Amino acid sequence: MTYGWIAVYYRELLILRRRLTRLLASMSVSPLLYFIAFGYAMGNEVIIEGRTYMEFLIPGLVAMSGMTHAFAIAGDVNISRFYWHIFEEFQAAPISNLSYVMGEVLAGITRAFISVAVILVLSLFFGVVLSYHNPLFWIAAFLNSFVFASLAVGLAMIVKSHADQGMLTSFVITPMAFLGGTFFPVDRLPVWAQKILFLLPLTHASKAIRSASFDNPVHYSSYLLLTGIGLAFFLISIFCVNRARD
Amino acid sequence: MIRIEGLNKYYKGLHALKGIDLHVAQGALFSYLGPNGAGKSTTIRILTGLTKATSGDVYLNDFHISRDRVKAKQQCGLVPQSINLDQELTVFENLNIHGMLFHMPVKKRMERMDALLAYVGLLERKRDLVKHLSGGMRRRLMIARALMHAPKILFLDEPTVGLDASIRRRIWALIKKIQQNGATVFLTTHYIEEAEFLAQRVAFLDEGRIVAMDTPHNLMSQLGSWAIDRIMENEMETVYFPTREAAKEYIARQEESFTLRRVNLEDAFLLLTGKKVK
Repeated sequence: MTYGWIAVYYRELLILRRRLTRLLASMSVSPLLYFIAFGYAMGNEVIIEGRTYMEFLIPGLVAMSGMTHAFAIAGDVNISRFYWHIFEEFQAAPISNLSYVMGEVLAGITRAFISVAVILVLSLFFGVVLSYHNPLFWIAAFLNSFVFASLAVGLAMIVKSHADQGMLTSFVITPMAFLGGTFFPVDRLPVWAQKILFLLPLTHASKAIRSASFDNPVHYSSYLLLTGIGLAFFLISIFCVNRARD
Repeated sequence: MIRIEGLNKYYKGLHALKGIDLHVAQGALFSYLGPNGAGKSTTIRILTGLTKATSGDVYLNDFHISRDRVKAKQQCGLVPQSINLDQELTVFENLNIHGMLFHMPVKKRMERMDALLAYVGLLERKRDLVKHLSGGMRRRLMIARALMHAPKILFLDEPTVGLDASIRRRIWALIKKIQQNGATVFLTTHYIEEAEFLAQRVAFLDEGRIVAMDTPHNLMSQLGSWAIDRIMENEMETVYFPTREAAKEYIARQEESFTLRRVNLEDAFLLLTGKKVK
């Protein structure tokens, strides 16, 4: 007896394995450029929150990359839905919508963790080692990818074409990547802007990952909030899969 | 066994299926025939749970497609119109994932896979990526995949569309064999000769309605056995005859060119709807 989610997840893992070399290369490009442009060049000159900019940057990149790559599962779900019609194979199978969403969300989380691993390995080459042994670092990274993988699956079910998916990435993910505390501390912004940015899950993820990697006291409210948002997106995704049957 | 009662489907502003009632007995090979846009694929999508019906009931071996969704889906295998195999995966991986989706144990999956690949003539291509297979091979793989979990009902939506004549005939032989092994086969097609060759019973679907349902022989014999096609200015006229002799007598009186042929299902469809099937 195999559970449906294992089949969905296993399929994504097989595809991931086939694309792994390409994927690792593409996952390395952006962080490497950020390390060189923002970290290496400004590195030891700029001090933020008592840390060099490179040290400040890495947890932000972990959060941003985790988000981007977890959300990228939406693109694959879309291609399998609109282009290859593989989504029909899942719909015709005796598996629940929960199984389907769970399999795809796990695939998104797996990608996100690979991208995090790439950043951590790259950061070693720049001589930066943070407190990666802290379990709270990994819990925050997991919750961050859970939120965005769940959001991705739900949105992939709502959009009507692959082009719409690209638009969502431009309007939702890109602004969040730059404003969610990745490159600068949010509390340097005006209070009204901080209030808006604290509505974004990535702001909480960046804060939680950064605090954990510096071994600073963490705000458990950020963990709770990410758990709540992640579960809400997950449940909405299950509803959206049902709705995707015309 | 397939039972459909009062099936209706509305898309935005379009009444795609208009009160379909249908019964297909266990082990029968049933063909659903109609022009493009008649509602064939919509019916199959509803029968396999891909699309929700607006109203009406569908039972697959007495399991309701909405109320007993999981059990109903376990009864059936689907070969959709478009190739929906994972191109980046191998033949083996495609079948293995299908088996997992239908909760088959590992040992059973492995045994069944080899038997099916031998059955459709693809055993040697087991480790090949799907993107390296030809169109005909992909079609055969789709059929093998649909048979993986040994379904009691097989839905084939235009299974030979776009294939050349020799591959089409190979797939026909395969479909016959599947039915002879005890499965109920529900086939949609717009290839008249496909329905004539394969089906024990045929339903003509036109604009979302079943306009006739009977054996191919009974549907055709309403017209006669022989037909003569004549070109009359820009239109073709067809005249039907009960015997070849009667047709020859008619030919003797004609001066225009003509074609003498056997009556086919398309003639019956034309008579009932005034439309061509293709």
